[in-house]
Amino acid sequence: MSVTVAATASTIAAPHFEWSLLSPMLLVFGAALAGVLIEAFAPRDLRRPMHVALTLGSLAGAFVLTVVLAAKSSIFAAGKPGVVAAIGTVGVDRPTLFIQATILILAFVSVLLIAESSHEVSSFTPQAAAVPGSAEEREGLLAGLSHTEVYPLTLFAVGGMLLFPAANDLLTMFIALEVLSLPLYLLCGLARRRRLLSQEAAMKYFLLGAFSSAIFLFGIAMLYGYAGSVRLSAIATAAQSGLASSTLLYAGIALLGVGLLFKVGAVPFQAWKPDVYQGSPTPITALMASCTLVSAFGALLRVFYVAFGQLTWDWRPAMWAVAIVTMMVGSIIAITQTDVKRLLAYSSIAQAGYILTGVIAANAAGLSGSLFYLAAYGFATIGAFAIVTLVRDRAGEAAHMSGWAGLGKRSPLVAGVFALFLIAFAGIPLTSGFNGKFAVFRAAIQGGALPLVIIGVISSAILAFPYVRVIVLMFFSEPAAEGPVVVRPSAYTGLAVAIGAAATVVLGIIPEPLLSLASHAASQLFVR
Amino acid sequence: MVSPAHFIALSVILFVIGAVGVLVRRNAIVVFMCVELMLNAANLAFVAFARMHNALDGQVIAFFVMVVAAAEVVVGLAILTAIFRARRSASVDDANLMKY
Repeated sequence: MSVTVAATASTIAAPHFEWSLLSPMLLVFGAALAGVLIEAFAPRDLRRPMHVALTLGSLAGAFVLTVVLAAKSSIFAAGKPGVVAAIGTVGVDRPTLFIQATILILAFVSVLLIAESSHEVSSFTPQAAAVPGSAEEREGLLAGLSHTEVYPLTLFAVGGMLLFPAANDLLTMFIALEVLSLPLYLLCGLARRRRLLSQEAAMKYFLLGAFSSAIFLFGIAMLYGYAGSVRLSAIATAAQSGLASSTLLYAGIALLGVGLLFKVGAVPFQAWKPDVYQGSPTPITALMASCTLVSAFGALLRVFYVAFGQLTWDWRPAMWAVAIVTMMVGSIIAITQTDVKRLLAYSSIAQAGYILTGVIAANAAGLSGSLFYLAAYGFATIGAFAIVTLVRDRAGEAAHMSGWAGLGKRSPLVAGVFALFLIAFAGIPLTSGFNGKFAVFRAAIQGGALPLVIIGVISSAILAFPYVRVIVLMFFSEPAAEGPVVVRPSAYTGLAVAIGAAATVVLGIIPEPLLSLASHAASQLFVR
Repeated sequence: MVSPAHFIALSVILFVIGAVGVLVRRNAIVVFMCVELMLNAANLAFVAFARMHNALDGQVIAFFVMVVAAAEVVVGLAILTAIFRARRSASVDDANLMKY
């Protein structure tokens, strides 16, 4: 042992990093660190504008860098699916670049919501350390303070989300998972109103998230024991040769799958989702419902297509069961919800089930369908949560559905746009939701999962009921006398709603450009 | 003779103790300690497998996990302290404003 160690030590070479291939992630992390410096040194009045400019600028810059990378021919020369960077720990290939570009756009729109400050100052508490209802808190509110730390925290989370689906070995994937999760735990607890709810959401998310990361990590340990490496391609090779103990392999797949399905919010690992979505500041809910979902599905797709790609027959039955219960539980419990944010949370659980049918297909069509669905759903969900921030009563957001009665008569535009997002979630034709569902269900049929598709269609029909009920409530009932009002959005929220609505309509009527981009991205699957 | 396989068995036992603790204990701090126990069980498995495979990767991974666990403690205790100051309780059963 000691001889081998000495021999290895003498041959360690300086690692070679392909900085240009990593540039989108480096830019986001660099901007996050700069944000910490702004927080430390900039005068208080200047912090917010500086943070907003830096955050939006770096996300836009990272998006441009991602597009430049995708257009670079040297990465994909001679029909290669892509390259691995940073001593093999990061995969740079077409599906990953597509996922990262999606995350960056959705994060940009979410940051527009986070930056909103016109109505009620901001969604974030002046001092998270002050006890709710204390004199300290009141002082902060009167002084018009607001936590500007949310911007660097958001950038760190987005950086982790970019690395999570790109990670080509499980250690990097675990670190990325933590880098994306830890800032989100904190962001969940920073709501300005209903702070006890917000803190409770943060605690539930943290305890369950840490639990699932520990399970994920133990899965990595099992796979390391099986393959002798945490590299996804090495695990695939070891699984193909089938020499080592298969107990370790199956334990590893199961534990790793639990960790990933938790982040996705699939049943039976969905317990955190309704509470966290309800309690968190709504802009953070929008960020989690769009970007975290995209990132987690990216990682899930990479692990199950690359490392366990040869074992499709082994993991498919379990994944079938998870997809079926996710679709059914999500849509059935959605019917009983009376809180708009909780309704959207259960809807997000059901949508995760539909995307899982694309994952189960385990072919290029399934991958491209999932990619398209994630982008389409991300825009609609941010738009829906943006509308939630606008409907307010004296206590803040009027999340209870009774307050939304007759909204269509008082504010037809806002109610109409919200109805548009709801029919997109329900998958009605001429909206992005229909095309997304069509893409994943078609891929699932090609992959031989017809029963799943039938259950998916039944689940969509059930899920349409709560959506229609909200639409009926908004347009066909009388508004309450002291009901909530729709506040006039500033340019930030207005832009976020406009982008969400435009994407929902455009992807519904002319989906071909994005569909062909997604199928081009998925044509060669992931790099190994 | 104690072989690496014994350490793997021990790590599985520790992991299960931690997981059961997370599910049955009521104090948030104890729940969090059980999560830490699960992370350390994984560390033990990594180091034992590194010995079995005669490679260093597992030992290096254990260092990364320790750093991540430390970062998690910082975030977790901050959240739990804020909750304790607001409610004078660290019980996960008392935090029940949101249901169903």
